[in-house]
Amino acid sequence: MTKAKKLSLKQNYTMLTKGLDWEPSYQKKEDIFPQLSFEGIKIHNWDNWEDPFRLTIDAYWKYQGEKEKKLYAIIDAFQQNNGQFNVTDARYIQALKIFINAVVGLEYSAWRGFTRLGRELGDASPRIATQMQAIDEMRHATTQTHAISHYNRFFEGMGNAPYQYDHAWYLSIPKSFFDDACSAGPFEFIVAISFAFEYVLTNLVFMPWMSGAAYNGDMSTVSFGFSAQSDEARHMTLGLEVIKFLLEQDPDNVAIVQKWIDKWFWRAYRVLSLVATMMDYMLPKRVMSWDEAWTIYYEENGGALFADLARYGIKPPRNAEVTIKEKGRLSHEMWSIFYANRDVVGFPLWLPSQEEMAWFSEKYPDTFDKYYRPRFEYWQELEDLGTPYTNSTLPQLCQVCQWPCLFTEADDPTEFVHRETEFDGEIFHFCSDGCHQIFEDEPKKYIQAWLPVHQIYMGNCLLPDADPSSPDFNPMAEAIRYMGIKPGVDGGLFKDHSDAKNWEKWTERPANIHQGASTDFVRKTSSQNSK
Amino acid sequence: MAVEIKTAGVKPVRTAFEHLIARFGDKPATRYQEFAFDTQPKTNFHYRPLWDPDHEIYDKSKTAIVMADWYALKDPRQFYYGSYTIARAKQQDAIDQQMAFLDERGALSELPDQAKRLITFSLVALRHYEWGSNTNNNFIAAYGYGTTITQAATMAMCDRLAMAQHLSRIGLFLDDKTGVSLDEAKEFWMSHSAWQGLRRQVENMFVVSDWFELMVAQNLVADGIVCPLIFQEFDRHFRSKHGNDLSSLTNYSVRWQKDFTRWVDAVIKTAAAESAENRELIDTWVKNWHLHINSAIDGLASELLGDEATASLTTINNEFNVRLSKLGLSAI
Ligand SMILES: [Fe+2]
Ligand SMILES: [Fe+2]
Ligand SMILES: [Zn+2]
Repeated sequence: MTKAKKLSLKQNYTMLTKGLDWEPSYQKKEDIFPQLSFEGIKIHNWDNWEDPFRLTIDAYWKYQGEKEKKLYAIIDAFQQNNGQFNVTDARYIQALKIFINAVVGLEYSAWRGFTRLGRELGDASPRIATQMQAIDEMRHATTQTHAISHYNRFFEGMGNAPYQYDHAWYLSIPKSFFDDACSAGPFEFIVAISFAFEYVLTNLVFMPWMSGAAYNGDMSTVSFGFSAQSDEARHMTLGLEVIKFLLEQDPDNVAIVQKWIDKWFWRAYRVLSLVATMMDYMLPKRVMSWDEAWTIYYEENGGALFADLARYGIKPPRNAEVTIKEKGRLSHEMWSIFYANRDVVGFPLWLPSQEEMAWFSEKYPDTFDKYYRPRFEYWQELEDLGTPYTNSTLPQLCQVCQWPCLFTEADDPTEFVHRETEFDGEIFHFCSDGCHQIFEDEPKKYIQAWLPVHQIYMGNCLLPDADPSSPDFNPMAEAIRYMGIKPGVDGGLFKDHSDAKNWEKWTERPANIHQGASTDFVRKTSSQNSK
Repeated sequence: MAVEIKTAGVKPVRTAFEHLIARFGDKPATRYQEFAFDTQPKTNFHYRPLWDPDHEIYDKSKTAIVMADWYALKDPRQFYYGSYTIARAKQQDAIDQQMAFLDERGALSELPDQAKRLITFSLVALRHYEWGSNTNNNFIAAYGYGTTITQAATMAMCDRLAMAQHLSRIGLFLDDKTGVSLDEAKEFWMSHSAWQGLRRQVENMFVVSDWFELMVAQNLVADGIVCPLIFQEFDRHFRSKHGNDLSSLTNYSVRWQKDFTRWVDAVIKTAAAESAENRELIDTWVKNWHLHINSAIDGLASELLGDEATASLTTINNEFNVRLSKLGLSAI
């Protein structure tokens, strides 16, 4: 009787996946994998691909199954105990609206995008790796939906997430980003998502969301985040493996990869402006400033990474220096855009309190007092007078990143950037040189963009029951309805919003910890408490 | 620090996500419903895929099947990621115990060489068929329409990889974990005449561009013929000569097939019931693929079952016809 030997995890993985795929004889390989050649990437030997995960499916199930048990135990307890009322204040809830409406859509697209790679990459090893990442991303979209579900039962602006992702103007920023990757070839997709987004920049998404949730008492989101973090660690190793593999396969790949790094770094950075805004303005208890996060996670960590990649002939991303020049301005400029356009967004807006402005002065000594404090103080006066500042015209959107063209010149914070180009007899506008350069490289792709403001002007943003011929037809109100935003419910000023009022009624605590109670009900309670 | 809340007076302002209330009525939704329904982007896509400029990123017209509501193609198991991984982990624990027990006894390695060769020839070579099925379910997950179908296909993709890995493990039982049996099995799959018919059909499936046709070809027809041939007919045949050890390993695949079939049948039955056009289309696909696959496995059946091959194929086809009629489809 033989007692068989034991294999290590790695040996076991190698054995169980050994030679699973084969050279086809009855169909041509290029017909089975039709997406592999058009991008110009040259692969000579897939055997040099080192699978970074080396997980057999059974090990994956067990590992992930345990994580899911723990995660759902916490989510269940959170729901039973009405954990939504343990967060700092009702402003924190507004950040979750960006999460459910934007981030879940990104995870969804990541799932389907990696599923395509699982099918299309030409070899078993990278296919298994991307299949596993695909189901991980499906996990993220699922667990995020489940973690936020309970909030949706108590607060506005979260109930319509898939619809808003397809229709709301500012959600076309993240959506166009992932549509761009999903409509690209498989190699561009993996460089864009696995390398530029996950390897280089993922910490900038994770750190603020998860620490932000922890600082603000949101157990549901924290547990999701920590549970997803070990998946992300795997995804980051895939990103690095991919880049090294492509660069080592053929010298001709270097220029193509460099072009993608340049493009996707800028594309991802523009999406992250949403995160910058959330970090600095929406977390009642702040973790760190955007400026600090960018310094650590991009300038320091990214700097080391690109120094390492120099041996392949890879340079740091084009326009990286612009991101550094902008870091003291980004969140303030974007929050101003949202505030001014608050009647057409899916969450209510507020001006920073004295306490918050003091923090900004400290964290942004070169910019805040000089450029933004005067603006916010003036807007505060107008609010106090009962005539709050509001923007009534629709902004010009950037043809590539789809943000309003309201960023300022890298070297002059008082001057808006405006770049434009003519293509096929039409003028296209850009928020930056970065976006302009991306357009010039693939104009036929970017002229297709579904640009919300443009679509509104063309009369394409109407629900079937809207009647443009009716005398009381209000095109703006109709466009808002089309976007899945409820006029009079979703946007506006935070202090007037039903989330703020319900919060104070339910918790007897101020909806905004920095500005005190906004309803008489809580003012009375708190003054009794302080007696 | 937990904050004390007078929760008695707090009533939720809505019961569920709005798209679920519209679909299922004003009541709390299940976790399956929360992710499976209406979550795929539907409209206002920004760019046409460079790899398929004739379609949108998600596009109903990537199959000839037409559904008024693609979310009708539900998963009767109601799996979402958490319930799926937890269920599979539990099943895997059970088979792992079984395998450890057999490993301890050195089970299959004590069989006569000719019996070992037969296992390598059949089950171990079948790992490549499972890999093919992983590829095809992966295709459905990538290009299908709606979350209900693509979510279940993503799970099927993982399941098929698991089946390929399970069969590989059976190989490692035979060769004292050297992997020699895997090499031999691959040689059978690549060159032995009895396998070439099926391998040709698998490669033909790799170039099918209609994802629903692939659902029919792989998950209904090919599995409907190949799996009973190996796990039912061959297994019975082998057991009668060499005892139960092999069956205690294949029974994992058999039970998994039952679970998988529930999903496949529910999807195909619903699509066929939608319209006469759908039903005719599915009938045609079943007929074409059955014609090729059934004749492709003739040699394989003789190799595995000898004299019993004809009778076994008749049994398999009779059972397949019963299944087709339950799905509302025409017999072949
Ligand atoms: Fe993710
Ligand atoms: Fe990820
Ligand atoms: Zn731009």
